[in-house]
Amino acid sequence: MSTISPTTQAISDSALDKPRTGTWDGGNEPFNASYGKLMMWFFLLSDAFTFAAFLTTYGLIRHRYQPYTGTPEAFEFSTAYWPIPEKVFNAFPGLHGFDLPLAFVALMTMILIFSSVTMVLAVEAGQRFDKKDVQKWLLWTILFGVIFVSCQAWEWSHFITGTDEGTLMNDGTRFFGANLAVNQYGPVLFADLFFFITGFHGTHVFSGICLLIYCFIATTNGTFEKRGHYEMVEKIGLYWHFVDLVWVFVFTFFYLV
Amino acid sequence: MPVHPGEIPKPNTAWIWKTFWIITAITALEFAIAFVMPSSTLRNSIFIILTIFKAFFIVAEFMHLKHETKGLIWTILIPMGLLIWLLVALITEGNAIHEAIF
Repeated sequence: MSTISPTTQAISDSALDKPRTGTWDGGNEPFNASYGKLMMWFFLLSDAFTFAAFLTTYGLIRHRYQPYTGTPEAFEFSTAYWPIPEKVFNAFPGLHGFDLPLAFVALMTMILIFSSVTMVLAVEAGQRFDKKDVQKWLLWTILFGVIFVSCQAWEWSHFITGTDEGTLMNDGTRFFGANLAVNQYGPVLFADLFFFITGFHGTHVFSGICLLIYCFIATTNGTFEKRGHYEMVEKIGLYWHFVDLVWVFVFTFFYLV
Repeated sequence: MPVHPGEIPKPNTAWIWKTFWIITAITALEFAIAFVMPSSTLRNSIFIILTIFKAFFIVAEFMHLKHETKGLIWTILIPMGLLIWLLVALITEGNAIHEAIF
């Protein structure tokens, strides 16, 4: 539906170049959705399988280990049972030594949900061909996305460095933080699953930011305006909401349950 | 179709903000429950139900799935429904391994 110059218009009006419209001739649009959007939906479905596999593995492995049965106040790190998340994720940048369970991760969740809102606003502005608004909301989305990834970088570095006290290991030494083979929080697989699940999600957010930066440049250059639609913003929007959606599940299954 | 320059329609964003406040309220509720209620199967069930509510609002409104054709909606929902089966099956498996070890 791009703006076609009069000469091109004349050619495409000839019988030779007419778009095919028959049902079995490429004229049919399955589900009334454009090719690009439909393929984005199918990609997201396959990506959902990957994340579901991760979270299901988390469920299996968590049930395979002993649960912690005492009170949260008496909780101590041990490889004998699965740790409770509010005692692992209780740090906040700049507030060293305070016990603030899940506060930072709740903030991260709100940042990502808010970036989803600015993304819908960009899509909505694209449907009205409001180039300035599309630019504005894309920039906000990129900003919130970058803040989220930075928060995750802080969370990772805190998780890897560990607490001041560390944990007394079976061989009598004290271990601080976590790597893929040893960690101070609980069974080895607890840290492994943390790295894989939040890392895979963080990679998705990073890819999303790259796509959004492309979108912003293309909007600024007027590419979508010339094309006659802002469907690319909608497709990347679908991806971005999916990443937000995955985080909603990670938040519940990794941090709350 | 592109409109003529200078004729940009007014934004229609009330529904976006409404959805945002619903999701925020659910997240705040989850956060509160994490501290008020001791850990139990009931608490976990509440968390999962609230998460599905949140997912509904993100997928239906933000991703616009509610306004797509029925065929597309089912194409997405049925495979996701099968994943619940996978989850239940593997958690059962995890419990079996646990009983075999401890």
